[in-house]
Amino acid sequence: MLRRLQDVNVLDLVLWVFRAVIIVIVVWGTIATLIENPYPAQTWTETIVAGIAQGSLYALIAIGYTLVYGVLFMINFAHGEFFMSGIMTATIFLAQPMSETGFLDNYPVLSLLLITIVTMTVSVAIALLTERVAYRPLRKAPRLVPLITAIGASFFWQYFFRGLYGSEVKPFPQLASLAGKVSLGGIVILKTHIVVIVAAILMLIGLYGFVMRTKTGKSIRAVAENKDVAALMGIDVDRAVSITFAVGASMAGIAGVLYAIVFRQVHFFMGFIPGIKAFTAAVLGGIGSIPGAALGGLFLGMFESVGPGLFLEGLGIPAPHQLKDVIAFTMLVLVLIFRPQGILGERLAEEKA
Amino acid sequence: MIKRSFIIVGLLVIASMALAACGGPAFECEDPIGCVTYGPDEPIRIASALVISGPNTDLGTDSQYGVEIAIDFKGEILGHSVELQAEDDGCSAEGGQAAGQKIVSDPTILAVVGTSCSGAGVPMSEVVSEAGYAMVSPSNTAPALTDPDQAFNPGYLRTAHNDKVQGKAMAEFAFNVLGVTSAAAIHDGDPYTEGLARVFADSFEEIGGTIVEFTAVNKGDTDMRPVLSAVAAAGPPEFLYYPVFTAEGGFLTKQAKEVTGLENTILAAADGMISDAAIEAVGEAGEGMYFSGPDLSFSGSVYEDFIATYEEKYGAKPISVFHAHAFDAANMIFACVEEVAVQDGDSIHIGRQALRTCLYATSGFEGITGTITCNEYGDCADPKISVSQLNSGAYERIWP
Repeated sequence: MLRRLQDVNVLDLVLWVFRAVIIVIVVWGTIATLIENPYPAQTWTETIVAGIAQGSLYALIAIGYTLVYGVLFMINFAHGEFFMSGIMTATIFLAQPMSETGFLDNYPVLSLLLITIVTMTVSVAIALLTERVAYRPLRKAPRLVPLITAIGASFFWQYFFRGLYGSEVKPFPQLASLAGKVSLGGIVILKTHIVVIVAAILMLIGLYGFVMRTKTGKSIRAVAENKDVAALMGIDVDRAVSITFAVGASMAGIAGVLYAIVFRQVHFFMGFIPGIKAFTAAVLGGIGSIPGAALGGLFLGMFESVGPGLFLEGLGIPAPHQLKDVIAFTMLVLVLIFRPQGILGERLAEEKA
Repeated sequence: MIKRSFIIVGLLVIASMALAACGGPAFECEDPIGCVTYGPDEPIRIASALVISGPNTDLGTDSQYGVEIAIDFKGEILGHSVELQAEDDGCSAEGGQAAGQKIVSDPTILAVVGTSCSGAGVPMSEVVSEAGYAMVSPSNTAPALTDPDQAFNPGYLRTAHNDKVQGKAMAEFAFNVLGVTSAAAIHDGDPYTEGLARVFADSFEEIGGTIVEFTAVNKGDTDMRPVLSAVAAAGPPEFLYYPVFTAEGGFLTKQAKEVTGLENTILAAADGMISDAAIEAVGEAGEGMYFSGPDLSFSGSVYEDFIATYEEKYGAKPISVFHAHAFDAANMIFACVEEVAVQDGDSIHIGRQALRTCLYATSGFEGITGTITCNEYGDCADPKISVSQLNSGAYERIWP
């Protein structure tokens, strides 16, 4: 018994205490909140739906991180900028003029379709350009080099679009047909939230089918498995990598359109924080796994939205919503302490880790 | 031989006497924190540190125009022109720190007009104060900055009002004019927004109202529904005051209309959101919203000249609210330079402590924002607050 105790490392002990403290705080806060019950049911449903919608956006963006990591083992920090570039362009050149001429409200479906196409095209173009110019020449370089390059590319695009469109906040017009709420089985939900959640689910299912069922998807998976062997089998590795970037960026583009529909405000810096959050979501879910990214995004969105009210309100902490990022990242730490590979991640072989 | 060396020595003596006569007695700086000397033809250098990038660009650019016009109007001080070095405060603590460091690394800069944002002002006033410089802010309004127990640093002054006045005015407007009895306040952790929201909440309770929720969001947040739902659940309040900046304010305004319980709540923000960019950001959701801010109904011939020059030079009506305060801040500095500068031939010497002492002693100075009198902690404004309402895309002054 004494010997076993001696084997316990001080660091392990500290980690265990840390885990215990977080769990006690979370459980204590939750129980206190539930007893105190400061919110009516409507508040909870609104918060939960907002969390799911926010989580869907994170999930769509996280796909790009996870796909690129799966194939190239690099974290593409410029991904948030792919998300921003498309919707900024579409807002300025399509949505705002269409709103002024009344086209937007007369043909809402056609307008949204046009906006989506332009957004995706721009996002994909920016992604392919970045991959070709900044990442491909460095594919054989040590792992840290493309990582730093990605951070550089992120800054480049942010300030490129700032120079192009200016640094002000740009409003995205409200679609009259998407304003207001509907009642679904007694739960009142914003129409925009329904659009976001449904679109995200469809896109994620479609993407999963694409990667798992099509020949192109198979080539991407083969390249992810082993680039050299895939090349020997006659797969064009460069093409597979480009397709990976294009798919990730088109998901980010869709996320951009959905973001604009919900928040109705775009800005050159808007990609930074969702990018970091989506990266977190990808790690939370298990980086490299598509269902993992979706689940991670959803979890993160929910923690952010419900967490402050549920965990902190009961503890009597003032202004709990200011601490939502703390909660989200504490959850990340907690998940990674118990499951270092993420929720759905597989234990990575030495080579991939 | 002896005769020749005698002549040489004699010539040398005459030459050295002539040189000494030319130079006169050298200026000795007796100022405890140093002097700045501008030689003949050297311009007097002042810096600005205002937000000239990001979503709040209008706020800072507008103030910078005010400083530029003040320099144009002034022309020369004691035969020296004035040169402006424009820095960006980034409207953040990091930005203020960086701008401050850059300014104090240049010993030829005499004083600073800045910062735009109180959040940038707190670290910057510390840097600038330690280096012996003086700064006059045209738009910092956080109470902490002139509170010696909080963030006051010697050398800091402002021509903007203290939010102790603005928060109180908004509380009185809401309670007495709109007749609401319950209110909530949201800030974003910035000293300006937190200070203002706090003063509003305290004053509102003092005059008999109830604050149902006092809470905060983060800078950079986009999804405000959870916090707004919490506010709705706590009341819902009749009146919601969020003195934040354009980006977060836009999200709060649009989403407040969509949260159950807040449909009929009266929304209100402050001077950080009085700009063309903010009108665009709030869009239709902001229709009928109230804004507190400095009373801009200035008058007088100087102000008319100022506005005419502004429109001519920058091709637009003033784009935000603090141009006049910036103009006054620059003129306050110029007046003190004139007073304390020691003329020395074509050069001038200015003691930094002397400049500070003179600035704090400013009294009865006629600016376009009113009669400026500074107290010992740098509050100089002649504070007049008004409330305006956003009607069909334009601010309309309604009170007092």
